[in-house]
Amino acid sequence: MQRSRRDFLKLAGVSALGLSAGTLGFLGEGAQAADALPTATDFAKPAKAKQWGMVIDTAKFDDALHKKCIDACHNYHNVPKIEGKQEIKWLWTEEFHGAFPTERPAFLADAQEHRKYLLLCNHCANPACTRVCPTKATFKNDEGLVMMDYHRCIGCRYCMAGCPYGARSFNFRDPGEFIAKDKLNLQYPHRTRGVVEKCTFCVEMLAQGKQPLCVQASGGAMVFGDLEDPKSEIRKVLKEKYAIRRNPSAGTEPSVFYIL
Amino acid sequence: MIEKALKGSPRYFGALMVFLAVMGIGGGFYLIQLNNGLLITGLSRDVSWGFYIAQFTYMVGVAASAVMLVLPYYFHHYKAYSKMIIMGEFLAIAAVIMCLGFIVIDIGQPQRMLNVLINSTPRSVLFWDMVVLNGYLILNAVIGWTSLMAYWKRVSPPTWVKPLVYTSIIWAFSIHTVTAFLYAGLPGRHFWLTAILAARFLSSAFCSGPAILLLLTLLAKRLTGFDPGKEAVKTLSTTITYAMCVNVFFFFLEVFTAFYSNMPGHMDPILFLFSGFEGHTYMTPFMWTASFLAIASLVLLIPYKWRYNPDVLVPALIMLVIGTWIDKGMGLIAAGFTPNPFEKVTEYLPTGPEIMIALMVYALGGLVLTILWKIALEVRAEVEGSL
Ligand code: SF4
Ligand code: SF4
Repeated sequence: MQRSRRDFLKLAGVSALGLSAGTLGFLGEGAQAADALPTATDFAKPAKAKQWGMVIDTAKFDDALHKKCIDACHNYHNVPKIEGKQEIKWLWTEEFHGAFPTERPAFLADAQEHRKYLLLCNHCANPACTRVCPTKATFKNDEGLVMMDYHRCIGCRYCMAGCPYGARSFNFRDPGEFIAKDKLNLQYPHRTRGVVEKCTFCVEMLAQGKQPLCVQASGGAMVFGDLEDPKSEIRKVLKEKYAIRRNPSAGTEPSVFYIL
Repeated sequence: MIEKALKGSPRYFGALMVFLAVMGIGGGFYLIQLNNGLLITGLSRDVSWGFYIAQFTYMVGVAASAVMLVLPYYFHHYKAYSKMIIMGEFLAIAAVIMCLGFIVIDIGQPQRMLNVLINSTPRSVLFWDMVVLNGYLILNAVIGWTSLMAYWKRVSPPTWVKPLVYTSIIWAFSIHTVTAFLYAGLPGRHFWLTAILAARFLSSAFCSGPAILLLLTLLAKRLTGFDPGKEAVKTLSTTITYAMCVNVFFFFLEVFTAFYSNMPGHMDPILFLFSGFEGHTYMTPFMWTASFLAIASLVLLIPYKWRYNPDVLVPALIMLVIGTWIDKGMGLIAAGFTPNPFEKVTEYLPTGPEIMIALMVYALGGLVLTILWKIALEVRAEVEGSL
């Protein structure tokens, strides 16, 4: 009796992640869900940190690897494919001048010049986006993740004006129509019209003790970990190699580092 | 007193009908926006605020400008404004209502609007902007209505109005200052990231707002025979001239800082506005028109012989209003977002539906203003026996 009640509570916790009942195998229609659902045990050992951060070793990337990472993120999170200037993106690439405009390099080395750079929300330690949000829909959690509460967001887009990195997208229209039906991931909700969204550092993966999806897909070209823990892998990498951040003069203390 | 709005000439009702019709058409487009989202606007990931927020910013200035009458009248007992003061206060009410309207049409989830109250977040300037705007609306409504009521009953206004009046004077400065802080505190938006932005906002408000008030008053004079008084017109036009000079001067301060320092981040948005950036020149015709109108209006306003001549004054004021409107109602927002954080240009111009929806809010303001002014003028006619 005890046991089954606990199981039920765990299941309820899983459904709170945004599952629809149809994805639960025992209710039929289970085939709809592409992957096995995470069970309560998956959440038993979450990954914890004081300030999550990321290092991107840009030399290890080519177009194919970029695409692999972006697809891993966008497909799982139901990021709609919208063409044009009202597009939505969590993870994307820019050339050097776009990614690091404040560096203003002249006579850039060939290797850096012809490379593309993977961009995403920096989960800044001192973010401008959370400061301006009038509803706390954008907030920073205890682990240094800059999170979105889509249900609180009023769509004022102040956070977009505030972010110095162009990391946020606004749902100008209902995103549902722009996610291919067969691609729709039923384990993750898509957003509604009229709210802002962005990369979450895969908080749902961290809750299961896993690495973010792009990091998993990168095959070692990205390192993820706790910036506040001197013994962490990410700190080891940063000690060994020179890494830069985007627009550091904005004072937001980005948590994403780039090894050139 | 309110019943005075219900009787009137066919022309008065005709005007109300026109405003209602525009609101109706604009309202239709707003329904489309509610059904489909802001995709019907020209906004984008890079230029995420546009025409609506720009009109909001301009109208905050118009609302704040009532203080240019209230301050001399109450602080310096400048009696020449006695007939116009109520017109200024009522214009402020209409302007704040438009401001709130522009915000409502801009947000993606209007039904969640009250989240700003429920989850009030004092570190967000938007929260304070909501506080000061609503406060200013209430202040002006209470002050304007109470003084008019007292005047109608031929008694002097109750003593508690005085402290409210003084509060409203400081408050007027605060509404435009806080609105400037919405922009001025953002890292990475070079065009806005300037300590003088609030001062620029105020100077542009103190010329454009009174100019609109004066134009509307002169129109009312034509239509109803209401005479604000020669002295009042003279003094107000002088105030407008000074404020416009300061406004242009402040702009040159920005230009000097940007170009003498030679810092790209500061120069780029100004270059984008006046000469184009990486081949994107869609803003330049507007900005050069604005500059031409600003200078021309000063040429006409500075010599007092011209300024005091209604035939020159009216076109000069119209030029000034259009010039400052282009500067704030189009240039300010576009240049804040352009070039974007990737040093690229995403073009933004308002779409047809966007303009129609904004017109709906303007028509709402026109409706409110017409009714309020009608009441004020009727009361005056009744008390004084003539306008
Ligand atoms: S990158 Fe932008 S959106 Fe992300 S935390 Fe920093 S300021 Fe906020
Ligand atoms: S758009 Fe949403 S998340 Fe962004 S500032 Fe407004 S309420 Fe906050």
